[in-house]
Amino acid sequence: MSIHVTGNGGNGAEAPVKLTKKDFTSDQEVRWCPGCGDYAILAQVQKVMPELGLKRENIVFVSGIGCSSRFPYYMNTYGFHSIHGRAPAVATGIKAANPELSVWVITGDGDALSIGGNHLIHAIRRNLDINIILFNNRIYGLTKGQYSPTSEFGKKTKSTPFGVIDYPLNPLSIALAAEATFVARSVDTHVAHLQMVVERAMRHKGVSFVEVYQNCNIFNDGAFDMFTGRGVKDDRMIQIEHGKPLVFGKGHDRGIRIKDMHLEAVQLGSGLSESDLIVHNEKSPDSYLAYMLARMEYPDYPVPIGVFRDVEKPTYENLLEEQIKSAIEKMGAGSLEKLINSGDTWVIK
Amino acid sequence: MESTTILNNVEDRHIEELDTVTIRFAGDSGDGMQLTGTQFTNTSAVIGNDISTLPDFPAEIRAPAGSLPGVSGFQLNFSSQDIRTPGDQPNVLVAMNPAALKVNLADLESGGILIVNTDAFNEANLKKAGYQSNPLDDGNLLQSYRVFKIPISTANRAALREEVNIPMKEIDRCKNFWALGLMYWLYDRPMAPTLTWIESRFKKTPEVAKANATALRAGFAYAEAAEIFTTHYRVKRAVIAPGKYRKITGNEATALGCVAASQLAGRPLLYASYPITPASDILHELSSRRNFGVKTIQAEDEIAAVCAAIGASFAGNLGVTGTSGPGLALKAEAIGLAVMTELPLVVIDVQRGGPSTGLPTKTEQADLLQAMFGRNGECPVAIVAPATPGDCFHMAIEAFRIATRHMLPVIYLSDGYLANGAEPWRLPEISELPEFKVTLRTEAKGVFHPYERDPDTLARPWAVPGAIDLEHRIGGIEKQDITGNVSYEPENHMHMVLTRAEKVALIAEDIPDLEVFGESSGRVLVVGWGSTFGSITSAVELMRERGMAVSSVHLRYLNPFPKNLGDIIGRFDRVLVPELNLGQLAMLLRARFLVPAVSYPKVKGKPFKISELIAKIEEIYED
Repeated sequence: MSIHVTGNGGNGAEAPVKLTKKDFTSDQEVRWCPGCGDYAILAQVQKVMPELGLKRENIVFVSGIGCSSRFPYYMNTYGFHSIHGRAPAVATGIKAANPELSVWVITGDGDALSIGGNHLIHAIRRNLDINIILFNNRIYGLTKGQYSPTSEFGKKTKSTPFGVIDYPLNPLSIALAAEATFVARSVDTHVAHLQMVVERAMRHKGVSFVEVYQNCNIFNDGAFDMFTGRGVKDDRMIQIEHGKPLVFGKGHDRGIRIKDMHLEAVQLGSGLSESDLIVHNEKSPDSYLAYMLARMEYPDYPVPIGVFRDVEKPTYENLLEEQIKSAIEKMGAGSLEKLINSGDTWVIK
Repeated sequence: MESTTILNNVEDRHIEELDTVTIRFAGDSGDGMQLTGTQFTNTSAVIGNDISTLPDFPAEIRAPAGSLPGVSGFQLNFSSQDIRTPGDQPNVLVAMNPAALKVNLADLESGGILIVNTDAFNEANLKKAGYQSNPLDDGNLLQSYRVFKIPISTANRAALREEVNIPMKEIDRCKNFWALGLMYWLYDRPMAPTLTWIESRFKKTPEVAKANATALRAGFAYAEAAEIFTTHYRVKRAVIAPGKYRKITGNEATALGCVAASQLAGRPLLYASYPITPASDILHELSSRRNFGVKTIQAEDEIAAVCAAIGASFAGNLGVTGTSGPGLALKAEAIGLAVMTELPLVVIDVQRGGPSTGLPTKTEQADLLQAMFGRNGECPVAIVAPATPGDCFHMAIEAFRIATRHMLPVIYLSDGYLANGAEPWRLPEISELPEFKVTLRTEAKGVFHPYERDPDTLARPWAVPGAIDLEHRIGGIEKQDITGNVSYEPENHMHMVLTRAEKVALIAEDIPDLEVFGESSGRVLVVGWGSTFGSITSAVELMRERGMAVSSVHLRYLNPFPKNLGDIIGRFDRVLVPELNLGQLAMLLRARFLVPAVSYPKVKGKPFKISELIAKIEEIYED
């Protein structure tokens, strides 16, 4: 039997014409609230897909439960809307079964970090070549407004009329602690940046984890306006780029340096220049810098977006395939007859 | 050897022929009793006896040495007859320490052979076992059984000390082989199979190999020379159907069945599982089958395991997960997802004593209703259950055949007794195995509808990612029939609930009719399922030999039932349902067929004894 598992169209000829955004749009009516940040993310993903040169039939979107998890229904690819929190586990099975597929996990802060926290960590540490996009709106939307694991301490929600008393999780910290080989963050409204991040996530061989700040205009409207707003974003956010010093501010006059093992936001000039700032290195084999950057939060620091980490490591599915290959080389392709007849046998006449 | 106590009159020793012998080896969990029992079993099988075994070990890996919870036992029944159970009552008990004696003595038949390692009967061990005085000095004990007091540890040390260069602690660990050698002489077994096994098992440590081999030979020689046994015994070859055999446990056969299903279906196997007793051996076995293209994933938890298997099925592999009762509970929601998405999925549940953690190493059949109903919503699945260790092979194949042909999850109910118990298994020819080539949908034929249905089975097509123009979305939200679009429409939901139920019901057209063991009508019909097959069949056979109108049927398909079950039940005055639970199948039979089925429950972590079943059948026979 054939050991290598591919779908039936996996090795077909190249698509004669370049696909467009429309080719990735399904015939299903989109059912998110008008004004939801999810629309923007869907549009960017549909737009990036043709650029990636993937065949539509080789793409699978997997999701759990929550507003964001409706996403696969709107992509004209293969899709699996699974159960709450389990999308990374379903995706693990899909990718392990057929490594040729481009597998995407669409999840939210509740889905990925609360009910599915365990699966997220383990899918990441296995380094399957899958792309996980976490829509972080810091609230439970589909269940109508309870606090989520990323909600701010003290926040009043339907289930916390006296304020949240759980301390929030930082999704990037979790991903880095689980040794993610690609970690990035973007914002639903930063169209070009989001496209760039999604494209790089896809091109990364290994697990990609992308947090997208996404506005829930019904239950948590303006959650990120404090730093993503048009007038303030240059001063309150920083775009990190590989090999470049960490500069931000409207006038490119501020930066991040390291002092006494801590990051410090400083004003350039008066003795401080770009050469005093940290130069971002997303390729660093350890994740210390990425971790420190990921911990920067407004108002103490500008909020960082961009690629925090991008390193190479063998993927789970390739290691699995290699074990199969080498087992066949060593033992020969399995024969059922031999297997049944193995061990101590005896004959009764 | 001068310390040997000779309890029997030494006369000329002779060989006595026996039909059937049941031996129980018992000792501390560090004494290697499972290994000793397994070796005795293998040798007995190879020389042509019929065999059946019951390993009985503690949940603790190493409970305190010498303690009662630390006692590990291995019972085997070997015979020149056709046997189906590990024996009701041991004829022979080998007790390596006082705790083993205390735990097992009550089971030994009156007048049975008791072999004890006197070296272990010291003050400390007696105290740990809760003995006030040494039971070996008790006159009653000596009168009730044929007791052989043997200083096994001393004799083992004496035999090995000069021969091998390993520490005394290691020498002491060989005493189970010494005891095995003694038992080989007593029951006239050849040492060769075990010597060969030792050689290959300890290839890398030749000194340990030599020590174990020397201990085995020394035990054998001791029994032969010491003249403590007046008799030794022979159990002739059994008359067994011709063919090639091997010894197999249920877990081995289940794993083998999974590999076979993959080969027969022409689809790769992906087994995702979280370690759990008593199912873990299936994961071990399958993880070494990479050269069959078998992919195994040790998942982070039970839920991830079933979800990965579902993902694999979605991608066109044979997705399978294995667990025990607590894991099945955790997988419930995901099994519902597979029901909703109508994907093939096999869920192996090797049942153990429950609820909660329960009795992890003991057997039970109390997950039947969990398998039937343990999910939210109207969520039917197919259920199969192997009857014997060897049958695990065939029923595992059946599970995949049904799952792929009918596009739904199948729960496969094994249990601890089948999983670890062994029997001789006649190797099937590949040509005897069922054909079930699986075909994936590869062409859209117009607009592709993921929920269009096969008119015979109502199964939807299996279209997997990679196939051009078959892109579609599935999920746990209710789907419109045919198109597979999300639908909250009331009539559609009713229709889909009925359709999913009908899909399971239609499997009845695709499974064999039940065969009645005995006459097709009569006074009492015994209805069993799963691992109770051996005890029930043996009990019914014995009662039939006494001229009683008793028959039995054994269910290997539990949902749906075979089509002729109701008809068979109607032809008997009484229906008795023995189960290792509080009457779960009985409840289903009463509900389905409106018959006053009598439940005979047992939940002690142990299988039925033949004698218990006979007593119960007699009771309702006369009612």
